[in-house]
Formats: sequence, structure tokens, C-alpha cells
Amino acid sequence: MKKEREVQEINASSMADISFLLLVFFLVTTTMATDEGLSRVLPPMKDPNQEQQKVDIKPRNIMEVLVNSNDKLMVNGEEMDVLQLKNEAKRFISTNGNDETLPEVEPVEIPELGGTFPVATAHVISLQNDRGTSYEKYIAVQNELVAAYDELRDAKAMEKFRKPYSELDEDKQKAIKTLYPQRLSEAEPKSYGGAK
Amino acid sequence: MATFRKSGGRKLKAISTASLPDIVFMLLFFFMSTTHMKDKTSMVQISLPEASQLVKLEKKNLVRHIFIGEPNKENRQYGTDSRIQLNDDIIDKPEEVTTWIATERASMPESDQGKMVVSLKADNKTKMGIISDVKQALRRANALKINYTAKKRANQ
Repeated sequence: MKKEREVQEINASSMADISFLLLVFFLVTTTMATDEGLSRVLPPMKDPNQEQQKVDIKPRNIMEVLVNSNDKLMVNGEEMDVLQLKNEAKRFISTNGNDETLPEVEPVEIPELGGTFPVATAHVISLQNDRGTSYEKYIAVQNELVAAYDELRDAKAMEKFRKPYSELDEDKQKAIKTLYPQRLSEAEPKSYGGAK
Repeated sequence: MATFRKSGGRKLKAISTASLPDIVFMLLFFFMSTTHMKDKTSMVQISLPEASQLVKLEKKNLVRHIFIGEPNKENRQYGTDSRIQLNDDIIDKPEEVTTWIATERASMPESDQGKMVVSLKADNKTKMGIISDVKQALRRANALKINYTAKKRANQ
């Protein structure tokens, strides 16, 4: 009588252990969180052959933010704390009234928002820091200025579409961007404090 | 002829664990695809600044990192001044960033070259002088999209 030989099954119970080990390895070596940060776009390098044109900007259209090597802040000639900067910037960007000290406004038609709105098309927030300014302060200032724009845009988005700005679709975001254009300009740093 | 075995009597059958490896493998693949390997090890000490208006850097393959800070304990031979680290090298002059960007860009697929983002990871205490130099070098290399990496501020 021929006995049929059974092929012995490979024991697979250790497979779970092996894959658990792999799993734990990957959990430890990888990171879930992606980097976050403030995104900015640098201005392109000027052509050295091209003659530089001086652009005259009316003083009322400029908000000048200076940060010195001791991390002290000066806005339009007055010393200011970084905590006040956001409100000051919001006051400057918002296009309410015909205040002589605030930037000029121009009526711009924005069909997505349904009508014509006053837009401060010529305003500039000019940021200048010293070579001795700390990076921490620089980011804090940048953050406050970006926050001022973001809050105004968010408020408008809530008013018009009942949604925060980040959840709007591209066209609507663009419409609100036209209403509050971000015009941050960074001057090349100078060294006043002698620090390198 | 088949025979019935009468082993074990009325004992409860053990639950089959044969599918367990499959489940764990599924988990494993999930984690492998959603996470990414740890970034290049930093040779400089960096404690990131805090900010609230953060934007996430989505596409990892488009991002290049520049570290700026004081060399850490293992790299004391580079001194204690703020230095710039590209990949795994600490460089001497900020101008070298321009050539580095050019080589990095050349290694990317052509369709992505315009979308390159440079992430600046700099220490809180770094002076703006060195960062401005890097920014100038980036402008010269025409790498204009940058991201200042920061931590989420707790309140506000």
C-alpha cells in the first residue's frame, strides 16, 4: 500500500512577528509630520545692466517697518511692540474711509464678490532689518504681517461666502486676493549696528 | 478510505492566526506610504522660531533644505559661529549656495525644476546677516520660492 506523503506546511506563525518587527522599525524611523513654515517668494535679481528706476511712492502709501540689531521695532518713525504690529498693519491695509494718512484706494470691479470695491492697489509694507537682527524677531515680524493679511482675507471670506479663506475654491480665493493684495517688500539689509 | 480522526474530543479550536501577517503587512504598507524617512541629519543646532501663519510643505521631492545655525557638539571643528549646511556638508561661503542650487536643480526632472522650494531651517538666534546672504545667493540662482520652517505657536 502506497502511503501518500503529506507535504508539511510551513509554520507561518512567526510571520506575524517578523512583520510586526518591520512595522515597528518603520514607525520609529519615519516621521509623519511634514515641515511647516512661512512661505515667501523672493523678488528676482535685478539686471545689473539695467538702469535702476527710482519709483516715487507717496508717503501715505508706505508703511515702513524697521528692525534694528537690538531687535527693536520701529513703524513709520515710531517705536512699537511686535504685538501691536498686526493691528497697525490691518489698519493700514484695510480700505475704510478716506483717511489722508491711510493708503490711496482705487475702485476695482470684482465680479465674484458682486460689485466694485475700494482696493489699496498702491500700498507697500516695506520691511528692513539690520544684519544683526535675530532670525527669531525677523520671523515674528513676518508672521505678524502675514497674519494681518490673512485675518482680513478670512474676515472677508466669512462675510461673503460663510467659509474661511483656506476652504474656498481657487476663483474665490483669487477674488479676495485682488481685494487685499499682499504687497510686502523687503529691502536689502544694511549694517548699522556694526554686527556682522 | 477516509478515516475520521477523533483527536481532542470537544476541545475548542484555536483561532486561526494565518491572516494576522496579512493584516500587519497591510499596516506596514500603509505606514510606508504615508510617512517618509527622516530628513538629513542636521550638523548644526537648530531651535526653530515660532509662528502662527504656517503653510505645509506638501511635495517632499520638490523641497531642498538649507540648515543654518551653530555647529553642534559632534561638529565643533567648524567653530562656534553660525554656519550653513547643505546636504551633509558645512560650507564656507554663502555664495556656494548658488552653485548647489544649480546642481540640485539639474538632478530634478525637468517638469519639476520650476517648482523647487527651498526650505530654510535656521536657528532662533542666528543673525539676519548670514540669512540675507543666503537669500541673495538664492535670488542669484533664481530659486525664489522659499519657506522659513517654523514651529506652530501654541496659543493665538
